[in-house]
Amino acid sequence: MTAATGERPGSEGQVGAPQDRDRQRRKRRARASRGDSWLAWRLIAPTIVLLVAVIGYPVVYAIVKSMQLDKADAGLNPTTGFFEQGGKFVGLKYYRYWFNCNCPNGTNGHEFWPSVQTTIIFTVITVIFEVVLGTMMAMVMHRAFKGRSIVRAAILVPWAIPTAVTARLWEYMFQPHGVVNALLGTNIIWTGSVWPARWTVMIGDIWKTTPFIALLVLAGLQVIPEDLYESARVDGANAWQRFISITLPLVKPALLVAVLFRVLDVLRIFDLPYILTHGANNTTTLSILAVNELRSSQNAAAALSTITFVFIFLVAFILVKVFSVNVVQTQARTVKA
Amino acid sequence: MTAATQAATTDAVSTPKVRRRRRRFDMRAVWRTIGLVIIVVWCLAPFYWMLVTSIRQVDYTYDSTLYPKHVTFDNYKAIFQGNNHFGRALLNSVLIGVVVTLFAMLVGVTCAYAIARLHFRGKFAVLGLVLAASMFPGVALVTPLFQFFTNIHWLGTYQALIIPDLSFALPLCVYVLASFFTQMPWELEQAAKVDGASPGQAFRMVILPLAAPGLFTAAILVFLSVWNEYLLASQLSNGNPNVAPVTYAIATFSGSDPRIIPYTSIMAAGVVVTIPLVIVVLLFQRRIVSGLTAGGVKG
Repeated sequence: MTAATGERPGSEGQVGAPQDRDRQRRKRRARASRGDSWLAWRLIAPTIVLLVAVIGYPVVYAIVKSMQLDKADAGLNPTTGFFEQGGKFVGLKYYRYWFNCNCPNGTNGHEFWPSVQTTIIFTVITVIFEVVLGTMMAMVMHRAFKGRSIVRAAILVPWAIPTAVTARLWEYMFQPHGVVNALLGTNIIWTGSVWPARWTVMIGDIWKTTPFIALLVLAGLQVIPEDLYESARVDGANAWQRFISITLPLVKPALLVAVLFRVLDVLRIFDLPYILTHGANNTTTLSILAVNELRSSQNAAAALSTITFVFIFLVAFILVKVFSVNVVQTQARTVKA
Repeated sequence: MTAATQAATTDAVSTPKVRRRRRRFDMRAVWRTIGLVIIVVWCLAPFYWMLVTSIRQVDYTYDSTLYPKHVTFDNYKAIFQGNNHFGRALLNSVLIGVVVTLFAMLVGVTCAYAIARLHFRGKFAVLGLVLAASMFPGVALVTPLFQFFTNIHWLGTYQALIIPDLSFALPLCVYVLASFFTQMPWELEQAAKVDGASPGQAFRMVILPLAAPGLFTAAILVFLSVWNEYLLASQLSNGNPNVAPVTYAIATFSGSDPRIIPYTSIMAAGVVVTIPLVIVVLLFQRRIVSGLTAGGVKG
């Protein structure tokens, strides 16, 4: 997360002077702090207000609606099918519907636990692949000087392609007569059964987002001082030892933040499976299920989206606690750097 | 003198080592080059396949010759005909992207400035809030917004596609801008004032030119993220082709025969949607990479 330092290698040389200046500035700041605070909050207010409006309000709206009886269930106003006024308070009815529904096969309620499973499978597998491949890519790019800009350009292409296009592209390549089967010499109907379908989605995701991890890791690699490797080499450490005891610990902060972002991102994955497999063959994720439910019971969908949100929030919380990823601090350090 | 001899001896000692290492370096360079080639192929092969397929005749949709064969440009004509509203979708995407980007920049720039330059209590809280907002799952917004917009009859309107996009565009904008602002040599502003520039002049002639690259990068990243958005657009456009963006058009692209998926046309459409982005990204790759890694942007 310290790309800036990597981009400007010269800036490390003159640490002393800016630090002094920093100290002075901080003193001055302390004096002006009260005035600063007032100005700062005025400058920040529009952003906060907007975020509360476009995020806070919908979230509260969803929570309120998820505890009211849906019109579809009440059988009211079937002509429009729209929910116009708040219904009767039903407490956790819709949450119970999702968690223990003995619904018949094929209904959305039946899909809940499988979709939880699918979402977790997607997350674990893609993040592992992306981190390993991304780190490898970053190591290769870090050591290469010739052709580095070409690789960096190439690596940005998958990232820049819209996910919707990525989905159609892999859908086409994974067709029974498509190029993947032709190259592998196989005859797999990729989207026709559970694991091949899951792999098409996961490969698409890995292809698209590994570059992102690689860039983050590369930024972390670039701030490791070269003399550390030099002295380790003098001490007789081999390449693997150098990787384990120098590279990995020093890249860890950047890597953990990348993992956190990726985990939170895959947990809400929607575009790829929705377009690529339409959620068929156990590729329905929590996000897809919630969107599908929108067309039958909006309040049940609101409950599910709240469940998803809480679930992702909990995972984020646990990750931050377990790995002690201090995202804000890391980000703040970048911002300060 | 001692220093000089010391330097000389270390030099003498290290020369063979360096030479040995250089020879090993060469061996590694080969592996490294292979690694680089693998990375480039892995990243570009699917994109290349999209290009090749887009200039292939429909009858050879599943041809797997690895170079362009049966070349035609009909697909590019075809995507703007038929009832996919592709041209309209492109315009919609540009409109939504420009409006969201301008608005996010306008609002975000002051917030980023405050985070980067001012000292105040609760800075970490603001940073945390913005970061949490940028990681917010879209699905937790799409269901309530769908319901809410249904009630106020906004489904399938431009405002229903523009306003919700701020939920991720604004945090992204604030982050990228804040990291750019902290790296700027603000001392120059002071220096300009000492040299007799008015605050207005200092801003116009010193700060603005310095900040321009950062603002520009932030704008590109925000525009890209809006251009690529699909979840909100797919639901809140409610299938209205007059407002739906291009990601929705691509996802639902169909031919005249519903049983045959017109992949050559879809790939052509994909190329049209992607090429401008790829060009912009390649032109400004250095800046984008630094903005990306600073902001921890999602794909």
